[in-house]
Amino acid sequence: MLQSDLIDVPETAVVHKPLAHDSARLHVQGSATYVDDIREPEGALHVAMGMAGVAAGELKRLDLAAVKAAPGVVAVIAAADIPGRNDIAPVFADEPLLVEREVMFHGQAVFAVVARTRDEARRAAKLGVIEIEPRPPSVTIADALATGARVQDDYAFARGDAAAAVAASAHRLEGQFAIGGQEHFYLEGQVSLAVPGEGDEMMVYASSQDPTETQHIVARVLGVPDAFVTVETRRMGGGFGGKESQACTWAAMAAVAAKVTGRPCKVRLDRDDDFALTGKRHDFRADWAVGYDDHGVIAGYDVMLNARCGCSVDLTPGVVDRAMFHAGNGYWLPDVAIGTRRLKTNTVSNTAFRGFGGPQGMIAIERVMDAIARERHLDPLDVRKANLLRAGLDRTPYGQAVEDFETQRLMIEELERTSAYRARRAEIAAFNRSSPWLKRGIALTPLMFGISFTLIPLNQAGALVHVYSDGSIHLNHGGTEMGQGLFTKVAQIVAEEFGVPLHFVRITATNTAKVPNASPTAASSGTDLNGMAAKIAAAEIKGRMAAFAAAHWGVPVETVAFRDARAVSGNHAMDFAALAKACRLSRVQLSHAGHYKTPDIHWDRAKATGRPFFYFAYGAACSEVAIDTLTGEMRVMRADLLHDVGSSINPALDIGQVEGGFIQGMGWLTTEELVYDARGRLATHAPATYKIPVASDTPPVFNTTLHTRPNPTASVYRSKAVGEPPLMLAISVYSAILDAVHATSPTGQPRLEAPCTPESILKAIASLEGEG
Amino acid sequence: MTDTAIEPRGALRFRFRGREVALDRFSPRATVLDWLREDALAKGTKEGCGEGDCGACTVVLARLEGGRIRHGAVNACILLLGQLDGAELITVEDLADGGVLHPVQQAMVDQHGSQCGFCTPGIVMSLFAAYHSGAPATPASLNDQLAGNLCRCTGYRPILAAGLATCDGAPTDRFAAAAESRAAALAALADGRDLFVGDDTRFFAAPASLESLAALYRRFPGAALVAGATDVGLWITKQLRDLGQVIWLGRVAGLDAVGETADGALSLGAGVTLLDAAPRLAAIHPDLGELLRRFGSVQVRTSGTVGGNIANGSPIGDLAPALIALGARVVLRRGDAARSLALEDFFIAYGKQDRAPGEFVTAIETPRLGEGQRYRAFKVTKRFDEDISAVMLAARLDLDGRRIAGARIACGGMAATPKRAANAERALVGASLDSPDTWAPALAALGQDFTPLTDMRASAAYRMTVARNVLRKALLEVAGDAAPTRLGALHAAE
Repeated sequence: MLQSDLIDVPETAVVHKPLAHDSARLHVQGSATYVDDIREPEGALHVAMGMAGVAAGELKRLDLAAVKAAPGVVAVIAAADIPGRNDIAPVFADEPLLVEREVMFHGQAVFAVVARTRDEARRAAKLGVIEIEPRPPSVTIADALATGARVQDDYAFARGDAAAAVAASAHRLEGQFAIGGQEHFYLEGQVSLAVPGEGDEMMVYASSQDPTETQHIVARVLGVPDAFVTVETRRMGGGFGGKESQACTWAAMAAVAAKVTGRPCKVRLDRDDDFALTGKRHDFRADWAVGYDDHGVIAGYDVMLNARCGCSVDLTPGVVDRAMFHAGNGYWLPDVAIGTRRLKTNTVSNTAFRGFGGPQGMIAIERVMDAIARERHLDPLDVRKANLLRAGLDRTPYGQAVEDFETQRLMIEELERTSAYRARRAEIAAFNRSSPWLKRGIALTPLMFGISFTLIPLNQAGALVHVYSDGSIHLNHGGTEMGQGLFTKVAQIVAEEFGVPLHFVRITATNTAKVPNASPTAASSGTDLNGMAAKIAAAEIKGRMAAFAAAHWGVPVETVAFRDARAVSGNHAMDFAALAKACRLSRVQLSHAGHYKTPDIHWDRAKATGRPFFYFAYGAACSEVAIDTLTGEMRVMRADLLHDVGSSINPALDIGQVEGGFIQGMGWLTTEELVYDARGRLATHAPATYKIPVASDTPPVFNTTLHTRPNPTASVYRSKAVGEPPLMLAISVYSAILDAVHATSPTGQPRLEAPCTPESILKAIASLEGEG
Repeated sequence: MTDTAIEPRGALRFRFRGREVALDRFSPRATVLDWLREDALAKGTKEGCGEGDCGACTVVLARLEGGRIRHGAVNACILLLGQLDGAELITVEDLADGGVLHPVQQAMVDQHGSQCGFCTPGIVMSLFAAYHSGAPATPASLNDQLAGNLCRCTGYRPILAAGLATCDGAPTDRFAAAAESRAAALAALADGRDLFVGDDTRFFAAPASLESLAALYRRFPGAALVAGATDVGLWITKQLRDLGQVIWLGRVAGLDAVGETADGALSLGAGVTLLDAAPRLAAIHPDLGELLRRFGSVQVRTSGTVGGNIANGSPIGDLAPALIALGARVVLRRGDAARSLALEDFFIAYGKQDRAPGEFVTAIETPRLGEGQRYRAFKVTKRFDEDISAVMLAARLDLDGRRIAGARIACGGMAATPKRAANAERALVGASLDSPDTWAPALAALGQDFTPLTDMRASAAYRMTVARNVLRKALLEVAGDAAPTRLGALHAAE
């Protein structure tokens, strides 16, 4: 019996239903408004960036005369023209909006052109004379290890003595594993529109996952108090972490341009510039050693995670810490040491990306599981199962007890059955024996992902709910909509609370003037936090309405219920709209600002102890691939996904997150390759060269099942966060490719680097031939 | 423009939102996307990349073909405004009918096919094109139709489901209902007159005949010849070049002719789109069909032409090596003078072709396979669909029983131009299909034929290894090795 089986899930009318995304009808008609679609205010101007042509050096001279003289140019802005502080870093004040002296990465913004049209601005930006005294750039992880440069101090945590445990083990393996970065490739590029108001006021429409941070940074570069700046975000055309800190820059640029010119200004980056100017997923190199017994049961795991952070701190502390938190996945590691190096390079500062470091930490240990199985001639799934957290051995490497660890074992076993893993493995082995050129592979991998911001103060949210006297409901909260369906889910929660149909609830744009001091919509926490805050706000208003109705009818308040758009008690009933009107006439407040903070979490980073996660989300995936050993080409043939969403608030949206996350993760590990040349220039700076999955990459057999047992932890409606975890289901694709590579030779540990491009796969095969 | 008997038309004409639009003043470098978003204030069509790779800007152009309307999905971001001449422009805003969603829109809602929604207008338009394609959709046909539409949220499964649910080959929407009147409106635009908008220094011209084109290009040899603009569009959106004089080839009568030469070769007019060339080339060999299927995307193949891909001279264009291996010839014209040359000889150096000022490509002539001739073509990319080749290799083997009597091997991505592998070709002569040992000298000789580069697509070493391996694969297949060699077959079998 699982804990979750004891939880009673109440009947609901709106929550738990597979309703369409609130904007779906607008999306398909092209009438959903993104920032660039907002009708431009009179006199609006357009901004383009002048960019550095080297990756490291000192700015010696900036001649912008030709830029100023170009057709349509209204203003040219350099660092000295910024009214406030030239600092767009979220925390550490180490990254300027425009270069003052030091050039930190290739393409860094040196100046901005403001012109009548975007085309004029872009063409004028090419005319700037930027003289930089170049230095040899540090580009790769190897470069950074050689220079020793860091953006942040090394940090490690451990349990027991991993090195000694490895040394004392019957079997030992060690290796290095390179894990590539990833460009977000949100379909809507970075964009902000700043409209100056009276005095020092600035209104900014931003495509941002973090309007509050955007507000801070806009205020900082303008040199005005936060209260003068309002940031609004209705929706983003995709975010994936790439519009958390990274969106602030372009909002700040638009605001500075608006301040300098006194006119509305828009920044919309060209796609190639977006690639060059914005951060990506951190690439890692995991240096690992593992000791284990005859059955592949791990005694010691010692891993150093070398993360390439780029030129500044940005969100690296949280990203690399989260890689550490997930370096053990859902496994019991008796003696374990997890170290990190936060490497500084002359490349764009890496940033948040769905999973926030978790995927990099997790894939390292999954690579190790495959290595152990290969060496022991065991089925990799059996090695994984033998190492799962289990009764009495249920603590993560950082000491958090995992209460519902049995869930992951049950899910793995269920998927093993439903995917016919064992029979297919046998069939694939038979195929491989008869097929010299093409090889197939299969893998089933689990995931356990911690839910909560590891920076504890971020685990709070606000919501503002109004009931109008016609019964319509205005909903606002600090979360942002980037396609994940947050607005729909929170609206479902509010409709449920009031007992009204979903269409009573008007969803409104995230706005720093309505709900202040919000956290970024990140860490998969959007619904957990904002849903709770909205529920609290709605419940408060409902309580007042119930009290009024109870008094009006002369019944106890506990007897008043809200359902079917009515308040009822015994034989009494009143339409919700009529009740709202009556409340107003009776001077009952019909507005409330709700606030929620996640209970029971704490983390002491210095001592590396605590309970950083409110709960864990689980998943398991079985992927099958085929590779061409002559070219390294690969196809994913089938994927079976089983993912834990708790008692889903909206199963349709959750399936979308699971499938989409898997495919995005598959892209990360297969076709999406970030190639920097020796000068530090990103060579893959457009979709022509950077290849995210297309329709035909979706496996022809693609089965997704939600695991919907209620969350044992008291989350909103017992649901579980779903934004990031499914991305890690794609680790099964990497392991399946590795399995296919293994089929080319009976022994040996191939060096298969991620992403598994055809070239990477061919190299891995060759590495085995070398050993054989 | 005194060379032609009839005065050219001075205004661009197309259909939009049920009305005729006439424009007599526009920049020759204006794109359809900018016109929609900035002039027509129609913000439904999105810009995702500005280079024709993501499909967020997909619109549909309806054109008359043999009296029937054909709906083609194209990328508006790299389509020149002037290229709309004679077409009906359909955008995402046109589809719903008085608040009732179009079937493909409703299916997208029902299947939860949108998340962030930014790619959705383009996807809806691609599905709309599939809806009007005249054939029921299959998973494979939808994968093709959508290869040029990137979605970063959904993983595509619900989008494919929406397409399968609605694109049954029998359209019943209001566009189908109004087919007759729409066709009549389009027919009224087809005046067969030359189009010339602007003055001698800045113009957009679209000659209607080969004679007009020849005369116009002689007069303005510095003009940019534009076929599909799938590359020229990027000169504007990415290189920010100012194209002053533009001659669009899309209206030249006869330039899209498909026929046979006297000796039975397939003749494809330079203006034949890659989409229309595909079945003709597939009839020569299925590998050519598969190559064309993976060439760009439907949007690119709908706009891009055979002549454009050849005349552009890109070292990574797939068509040239594929056709060189078959012994194709290119036909050129300047004024009234025509000549033809072997396709491989057309490519002189990187960015330099054997084309005189004022001269243009009129056709590509490709011999069919004869008795004893075998052909294979391989395109190796990071991503299967809509990706530029790291290595493209095509080979024709001329067999004398089990003996190789002759070979034509050509590669793309291996040199500064599409190039034949002369040493490997020689080394194969006399080799036996039955003894793989005799193939080795040819595989080794590729090392003398090519010195590939390392770039973001692949390293030099990988390119060389793979060129050898796919040549070996061609030999294995032609020799009749029974073991599977094609992932595609395995993938499709699922």
